[in-house]
Amino acid sequence: MRDISLHILDIAENSIRAGSSLVRIGLHADKERDELKLVIGDNGCGMSKELLSRVKSPFTTSRTTRKVGLGIPLLAANCEATGGRLDIESEIGKGTTLTAVFQFSHIDRPPLGDIAETLATLTIMNPSVDFVFSAKYNEAFDYDTRQIKAALGDVPVTQPDVMTFIREYLKEGIKQVFGGNEI
Amino acid sequence: MKSLQELEAIRNKTLSEIDIRKKGEGTRIVVGMATCGIAAGARPVLTALVDEVAKRKLKNVTVTQTGCIGACRLEPIVEVFEPGKEKVTYVKVNPDMVGRIVAEHIVNGNPVTEYTIGYHEENTK
Repeated sequence: MRDISLHILDIAENSIRAGSSLVRIGLHADKERDELKLVIGDNGCGMSKELLSRVKSPFTTSRTTRKVGLGIPLLAANCEATGGRLDIESEIGKGTTLTAVFQFSHIDRPPLGDIAETLATLTIMNPSVDFVFSAKYNEAFDYDTRQIKAALGDVPVTQPDVMTFIREYLKEGIKQVFGGNEI
Repeated sequence: MKSLQELEAIRNKTLSEIDIRKKGEGTRIVVGMATCGIAAGARPVLTALVDEVAKRKLKNVTVTQTGCIGACRLEPIVEVFEPGKEKVTYVKVNPDMVGRIVAEHIVNGNPVTEYTIGYHEENTK
């Protein structure tokens, strides 16, 4: 994975496949603590203790077509390469929360990438799932598809003008938080 | 700064234009979006497909995502399902290829042979 935005897209897919109706994504950069923290929490089906204990192994997957699953191991490797860590908490029937911590200033910390595009893709491709995103660095930005859908009424998020609005809204908000330059 | 109030305007403007999605089979364009696809660059391909279909106002064409299609080395993979026709699988797709796929295949019904898995396998041995 080239950047953090692609990890978010990848991990959020796990939440969607777990039957979540709401996925919360938090991205918090803290210069003083030299930390970049990504939290993805869902209300999906959750995992058993046994599955949770081996979920960081590349040879764990719920898919039946082949025997490897690399999404979580790749993210764990990227966190650990910066001296950070990956924690996953899960309860059957309640959901799963994943917390990835990177050392902010570490040379091996992946760039953020196009966070707006990841959130727009998630929103548009999964109209029946809601996403709540909050980012914090220089400033704070919050995005909640429940508000967007309430404002839209019967108009779907896949309507072209709406897609354009969502992309631009996210781009502006994220630029405001993290600045124009890649951090 | 954009505000959610703009959605109100979009809503009023577009509510009249929305078609009730026709029941029955249309063309389905499916992008593999598992870890392998995402790492290989499927996100911009998906975005380009959604945009192209929206731009051309194609009716009865849906763009969806799926998990791992099974040939991870050939990702990003795009599959096209048309009713009554054989599935067409495009491999190693990038956003620049999307315009041709939509124009020649989805609109005009002629698959872009040199982007397909069959062509790729024949010519990279």
